[in-house]
Amino acid sequence: MPENVSALQLVLAGDPALYAIVRLSLIVSLSAVLLAALVGLPFGAWLALSRFRGREGAIVILNALMGLPPVVVGLLVFLLLSRSGPLGSWGILFTPQAMIVAQTILIAPIIAALARQTIEDLWLEYRDELQAMNVGTLGSVVTLLWDGRFSLLTALLAGFGRAAAEVGAVIIVGGNIDGFTRTMTTAIALETSKGDLPLAIGLGMILIVIVVLVNAAAWGTRRFGERMAG
Amino acid sequence: MPTRRLFIVMAAAASLLASSAAFSQEKSIVVASTTSTQDSGLFGHILPLFKKKTGIDVRVVSQGTGQALDTGRRGDADVVFVHAKRQEEKFVADGFGVRRYPVMYNDFILIGPKSNSAGINGTKDIVAALKIVKSNGAPFISRGDKSGTHAAELRLWNAAGIDITKDRGAWYKEIGQGMGAALNTASASNAYVLADRGTWLSFKNRGELVIAVEGDNRLFNQYGVMLVNPEKHKHVKKELGQAFVDWLISAEGQKAIADYKIDGQQLFFPNANAPGA
Repeated sequence: MPENVSALQLVLAGDPALYAIVRLSLIVSLSAVLLAALVGLPFGAWLALSRFRGREGAIVILNALMGLPPVVVGLLVFLLLSRSGPLGSWGILFTPQAMIVAQTILIAPIIAALARQTIEDLWLEYRDELQAMNVGTLGSVVTLLWDGRFSLLTALLAGFGRAAAEVGAVIIVGGNIDGFTRTMTTAIALETSKGDLPLAIGLGMILIVIVVLVNAAAWGTRRFGERMAG
Repeated sequence: MPTRRLFIVMAAAASLLASSAAFSQEKSIVVASTTSTQDSGLFGHILPLFKKKTGIDVRVVSQGTGQALDTGRRGDADVVFVHAKRQEEKFVADGFGVRRYPVMYNDFILIGPKSNSAGINGTKDIVAALKIVKSNGAPFISRGDKSGTHAAELRLWNAAGIDITKDRGAWYKEIGQGMGAALNTASASNAYVLADRGTWLSFKNRGELVIAVEGDNRLFNQYGVMLVNPEKHKHVKKELGQAFVDWLISAEGQKAIADYKIDGQQLFFPNANAPGA
């Protein structure tokens, strides 16, 4: 990024480096949300419906995993993807793909745990009806996920918030490479270390605005969808 | 229909992953380097010149020297560009690097509060200054991160006859972070800190800090570059990596380094041809 400018000037001037950073942040975090949702929503719903020995323990562990420290996830993914690690042949350490992998692992438990709670509440309402209609577990999972889709949006937003805000994992597996793996949060860390605190704060403000915009878009979609669904 | 919606989501996920695969370009190398070369803005100046000439995209991961060498050892970088001659020579001797080339130097400086709390501002003898810092118990921030600057600091304490691992007090704080973070901490607590001149010149949050001690021969700071050994790690891009090494020590690369200035001050001095550097 150019020297001696404020974040506001960068926004107003349409600085290409800044927009590339914002774009990468959104691509990485939204991809992670999508992948984590594909795993987390069905798993959360299945856990809500199933009854097995040790289920309570599984729920406690899943809830605890919501607090996974990003830096630990970053380190584990780093060790996996390093050339000297088991998945080294993939050659994706220090790339955006590695960042997506790390954030997916970080937020999948959040989405699964929140989905589990939402679906379980819904299940109490639907159980008699679904059982009377003789719908199996898979059918129930699909029905509940679909009927709970607007409430589940909150779970996705919680995952997105965590992904967009974290720096510990992406900086380790992405390497904060200029123009390639630099995101909003790693750029803020870098500008802080360069002592350019006003620019760092400015970038922080931009990040907050982006997160608010994404949430507003999700809220708008929900309202629109609810009206369409009647 | 739920299933159709699910299908759309999955198709979107697949296309996202496919598009993210397009991130990887063919002509690129990963260089593990130090925070000083990155934070000082040197790479921002020389890499576009190198790319223009060769078309090679250089991806810099900036870490402390110890960590950067470790990144090379694991095979996660193609080239290592750091500043701790002894550790670099060991890296090559252990077979992880092909050959070490000297590139450039600058110098370390002792940064301290304007108020001159230890009474050493403006002196030249770094070893004498450190002895006074210790005997006065003046606050001192150490990188504590096995970086090149941290290694240099430990060497200087050693030269002052002080065993800093045993002989430390509350005045000595190891923060385990990069140069910028160490300067921020020193700035917030009016402490002394050893820094490389490049990072200091580009550092903006100085507060009450000034240069306390500079100009001692023992503050010399040499940078070297090495290709990671392709015999240890087969995927190392040896042609592209070696092209970067060759360019750095060529007349053109050396001039690019010398041309980098902040406020008219040159930050790094090329010396690829200096004997014994």
